[in-house]
Amino acid sequence: MNLAYRDVRYRLGRFLLTALGVGLLLGTVMAMGGIYRGLVEDALSLVRAPAADLWVVQKDTNGPFAETSRVPEDVFRAIETIPGVREASPIAFQSLQFRVGPTLFRAQLVGHRPGRLGGPAAVTAGRPMVRGRYEMLLDRKAGVPLGTQIRIGRLAFTVVGLSEGIVSSAGDPVAFVSLQDAQEIQFLKSNEAIRNERARLAAGLRANPALAAVSAEDLAPLLQDTHLANAILVRLEPWADRHAVAARIERWNHYRAMPTEEQEEILAKSVVERARQQILLFRIILLSVSTVVIAMVIFTMTLEKTRDIATLKIIGAPDRTIAGLILQEALALGLLGYGLGAVLIGVTYDYFPRRVAILPFDQYVLLGIVMIICVLASLFGIRRALRVSPTLALGGGA
Amino acid sequence: MPAVVGEHLTKLFGHGETQVIALQDVSLSVEAGELVALMGPSGSGKTTLLRALSLIDPPTAGCVTIAGEQVCADALTTVDDRRLRREKVGIIFQAYNLIPFLTAVENVALVLTLTGIPQRAALQRTRELLQSLDLDHRADTYPATLSGGEQQRLAVARAVINSPAVILADEPTASLDTERGKAVMNLLRQLGRERRAAVIVVTHDERMIEGFDRVFHMVDGRIVTTGAEVPEKEKTRSMPAGEG
Repeated sequence: MNLAYRDVRYRLGRFLLTALGVGLLLGTVMAMGGIYRGLVEDALSLVRAPAADLWVVQKDTNGPFAETSRVPEDVFRAIETIPGVREASPIAFQSLQFRVGPTLFRAQLVGHRPGRLGGPAAVTAGRPMVRGRYEMLLDRKAGVPLGTQIRIGRLAFTVVGLSEGIVSSAGDPVAFVSLQDAQEIQFLKSNEAIRNERARLAAGLRANPALAAVSAEDLAPLLQDTHLANAILVRLEPWADRHAVAARIERWNHYRAMPTEEQEEILAKSVVERARQQILLFRIILLSVSTVVIAMVIFTMTLEKTRDIATLKIIGAPDRTIAGLILQEALALGLLGYGLGAVLIGVTYDYFPRRVAILPFDQYVLLGIVMIICVLASLFGIRRALRVSPTLALGGGA
Repeated sequence: MPAVVGEHLTKLFGHGETQVIALQDVSLSVEAGELVALMGPSGSGKTTLLRALSLIDPPTAGCVTIAGEQVCADALTTVDDRRLRREKVGIIFQAYNLIPFLTAVENVALVLTLTGIPQRAALQRTRELLQSLDLDHRADTYPATLSGGEQQRLAVARAVINSPAVILADEPTASLDTERGKAVMNLLRQLGRERRAAVIVVTHDERMIEGFDRVFHMVDGRIVTTGAEVPEKEKTRSMPAGEG
């Protein structure tokens, strides 16, 4: 006869309320796990979107997601001559803000050569970029409709297409523009800055008799180089040896070539590691609180049953029956709380401002942890129950 | 062979100067089917003797034999007292001590399932017993909704369901009025005889003495009158027509 089931049936309302409380706690634990997974997914979506095999970045740097990396745009042509390279293309990244009407948006700008590596895998609304200049593909998350005019610096863009699920590690939507547009946004100075620079240049030229005849107006545009990218994306032929190609690129001494997995790892470590640790710590605290709550609930339920437990001992119930009663109630509380938490997070995760990625593996692991917690939490109650003297049942009172 | 035997039972509480002697070299023997009473003033050791006989609170010295199985104070650690109780002892409490989260039928059937009888069979057997005790209409209700008399009849059913060798009852009528108290005593007598169980009842209620085969009087932890038989006419007077 299952005593735990019957005790729960008898105190069903209170048990359900308690399970709801535990469920809210576990739902929060699940949400934190989902937020972390979402953080990683978001961060990696930008690295994974181009589906490149190698990232060529500035030597002695870890690439554009970890630090400043600048490579000449034209180096992609040299890379394309290496046997095994199917395609190479420069890419530039920049975080910026722009305004649409009264609303200020934050976005991750990605400059690439339209139709080549670096663009979104799919355009879910509108069309891909075809003109090459002043067009933008924006992630749907920004909530900006097709055809919207967006001004960034001195350039005006039209949103011609929408992508989906590609955001930065900060959760900002990605805006794809042409490489040339991205370079101008990043490197072209304002008119005032250009006038100041030319004035400084003219002063320098006047101070040098050998260059006195050179006009600052003519020289300044030549010194302004915008043909820089943050990395070169490389896609290899299926038969190519990735390490051999990377080694050959690195032999030029100016670049570092790393597989996409390494770039992902760097991104994960440099950008989301601290957030991961923070969320992990928070989850541990929440799980500890859950353990204490379950332990207290089970212990209180055991205390309330002290006289019944004494009676069970008098009528000959073995310790395993009494321990089973408490353990099964703890497990039932944990399971029900877990189920309610899962329903709660399943219903609400779409409303979170950032992506909440609930993975089955994480859920199974959490379920295992909850079961272990319940076993641990029940130990206090079991210990108490096994110490109850059967003579307690013989005292007065009903 | 007696159903239960207590030999030279002694029970001490506390140590040194605060030590209290609750039982002093008490011996008694009760045959199967016999209904005996333990009477005496408060603190005389009646309940302590009952606890010692059931091994709920084992004796400090002496031996208890239940249905041929002897347990002595010096070998208590090797004895599974709960197995002994669930197989050979039925216990009735003054306060009924029914499990509140089990229905009436489950309270009784639990004893059978603890001895390994499958739940379905246990419930079936219990329902038959409850029917004979006129409790079948209350079988699926919780103890809290039963009257005092119903609860005590249910407690009696729980004590006898596994046909124990000995039934120990601690003030089973103390919470009941005279009419209901007598009904419970008659039930105990009837079931004890039917099932060949020795029934030992702790009571201080002189009104109930009529139905017992023998009465042991206790004072200061000793049995002072050793099981004098109750006159036959008093026994029969206590039995309603058609019973016993």
